[in-house]
Amino acid sequence: MSAEKGKRDYLDVTGGWLHRLRDWIDARFPMTKFWNEQVAQYYAPKNFNFWYFFGSIALLILVNQIVTGIFLAMNYKPAAASAFASVEYIMRDVNWGWLIRYMHSVGASMFFVVVYLHMFRGVMYGSYKKPRELLWIFGMLIYLALMAEAFMGYLLPWGQMSYWGANVIISLFGAIPGIGSGLEQWVRGDFYISDITLNRFFALHVVAVPLVLLGLVVFHLIALHEVGSNNPDGVEIKKHKGADGIPLDGIPFHPYYTIKDICGVIIFIAIFSAIIFFSPGLHGLFLEPANFEPANALKTPADIHPLWYFGPYYAILRSIPNKGLGALALLLSIVILFVLPWIDRNPVKSIRYRGLLYRGLLFVFVLTFIVLGYIGMQPATPFWAEIGQRLSEMYFLFFAVSWVYSKPRSRAYLVITFICVMAVISLFDWVSWVPSAAVLKMYSWLIPLVYCSIFLLLPAFAGKFIEPKPVPERVTMK
Amino acid sequence: MSEEIDKSKRHFLTVATVVVGSVGVVMAAVPFVSSMEPSARAKSLGGPVDIDISKIEPGGMIKAKWRGKPAWVVQRSQSVLSQLPKNDSLLRDPSSDEPQQPPYAKNEWRSIKPGLFVVIGICTHLGCSPLYVPQPGDPSVGPSWPGGFFCPCHGSKYDLAGRVFKNVPAPLNLPVPRHYYASDKVVRIGEDPNGSHSSWREPLVW
Repeated sequence: MSAEKGKRDYLDVTGGWLHRLRDWIDARFPMTKFWNEQVAQYYAPKNFNFWYFFGSIALLILVNQIVTGIFLAMNYKPAAASAFASVEYIMRDVNWGWLIRYMHSVGASMFFVVVYLHMFRGVMYGSYKKPRELLWIFGMLIYLALMAEAFMGYLLPWGQMSYWGANVIISLFGAIPGIGSGLEQWVRGDFYISDITLNRFFALHVVAVPLVLLGLVVFHLIALHEVGSNNPDGVEIKKHKGADGIPLDGIPFHPYYTIKDICGVIIFIAIFSAIIFFSPGLHGLFLEPANFEPANALKTPADIHPLWYFGPYYAILRSIPNKGLGALALLLSIVILFVLPWIDRNPVKSIRYRGLLYRGLLFVFVLTFIVLGYIGMQPATPFWAEIGQRLSEMYFLFFAVSWVYSKPRSRAYLVITFICVMAVISLFDWVSWVPSAAVLKMYSWLIPLVYCSIFLLLPAFAGKFIEPKPVPERVTMK
Repeated sequence: MSEEIDKSKRHFLTVATVVVGSVGVVMAAVPFVSSMEPSARAKSLGGPVDIDISKIEPGGMIKAKWRGKPAWVVQRSQSVLSQLPKNDSLLRDPSSDEPQQPPYAKNEWRSIKPGLFVVIGICTHLGCSPLYVPQPGDPSVGPSWPGGFFCPCHGSKYDLAGRVFKNVPAPLNLPVPRHYYASDKVVRIGEDPNGSHSSWREPLVW
């Protein structure tokens, strides 16, 4: 690569020997080629907003988790008799041990914060749609691996919540007909969660899952750089290329976005540090009080609930008073995210041009997810169980309505869909009818009724709420 | 030898190599998958345990540990035993048809001796340990409570024979382990009476 006219070549400053070193390497290894293809000449849309920070921040947290994890593993002992004490040892006796551990535990929660924002960005701008379906699926696999990593990591401190939380989740395998109990025993390696289980979770947490995670991140990036980034307008920048073959609306990732992302990283690190130094447990949200008590197989804590990032799924699991069906709903709630590209097939990608009702639909979905997360952390009172059931219905209805919104529908289609959905929900209520909870059930029935009236019945009679706005040819700068 | 390539032979050899290779991979996976099963030590530590029941009080409960799980022995009074059949209409499986107990405990008390109830204190929903709430109408559960076991995690309810009530998340009755009375004072958990071996398989949800 020769230096462009008028552009300073920093490699020349040292008298050219760095140039020669680069050329020597390039003749033997595609260093410059790789750098240019993936970074310096990778053209990203010029209209990225702050939502595009979260991919690189997630990568930063992954590095944080690996580095702090290595140093924690130097002092942690994966044995039931000494695990709890070794974590206390790290906190009190190891130089800076408290900081390294809090960076790891807060990092785990922040990983999910950032990944949820990253996923929301993808949904908001339709980034999972053709040709980015595989990119989305690799992302979902990362999310799944992350959940496994977080779940197994949470057993390691060997506190009460570690122990009983793992007990609840592993027993979900028991819901699988036929092989359930055998599988459960195989996962635990014992008749109960014991030293053996802890030891293998440690191996999986520090070796197996991180390797899978890193591999998936590489796949995610390869897929991204193959198809190119989507953008807040949801238009393909590759459709309009200049004479040099470079997208007119594209700018090189480096230096434009590398520098911009660093600004995002600074803000993130400020927030991250504030939590680590001022409230590492975040009032029981990031570190639960029950986990400061060593695991006890004979005493269940008063209330078992998972960490906040599993809350929505836990609420869905509990919303059905039947173990097998509850576990099935939990499984479905995650699987359905994988097939989102084939559910929402509306050609308009970005929420900017999708019409008022879709905006409302997505807003209500986010609200549903957050409130489900809250319910997942509450004790199972009849009231919260009922609300949880209604919100679980709304969680799945988001996907159903997204499917309906894929193309223009006739009035009859929308009305019939409305009737069918309400009939299914009412049938479910009728099957699980309990006379003592009848009043609550009848009131809460209004929740799906209002939801379906707004999102299915309203567009049947006021089509303008669902009509997309014209999508521009080129990206817009707001 | 002719210069022509025998494509069908090449195809056959390719397929055969892949098949043999795959079989090899599956066979090589066996030791690794099997190493995650309970080890010999875990199995022997999971052997039977003896519980001394000579000091149990009327209405009282003794908790022991078997395979890392709470094994309970509950002393049931005559009034409790007479209450049990009255619960039947409220229960999911009143006659214990699901194999949640060995055959010798499949009776209206779900026990060998009516007055002594041996049970594993693990909720069949998600593995929490229920609370022993024997008092009818106990305020922590509700005025219509006939007395039994209440799981604080997700609200599952069982009567004093460990039978699950309707409309709670738990699907099955509390499990009764293999057990027998080695003497008047000792109950042995994890083994059938007189060393016999019933064909009963331990239930799915433990």
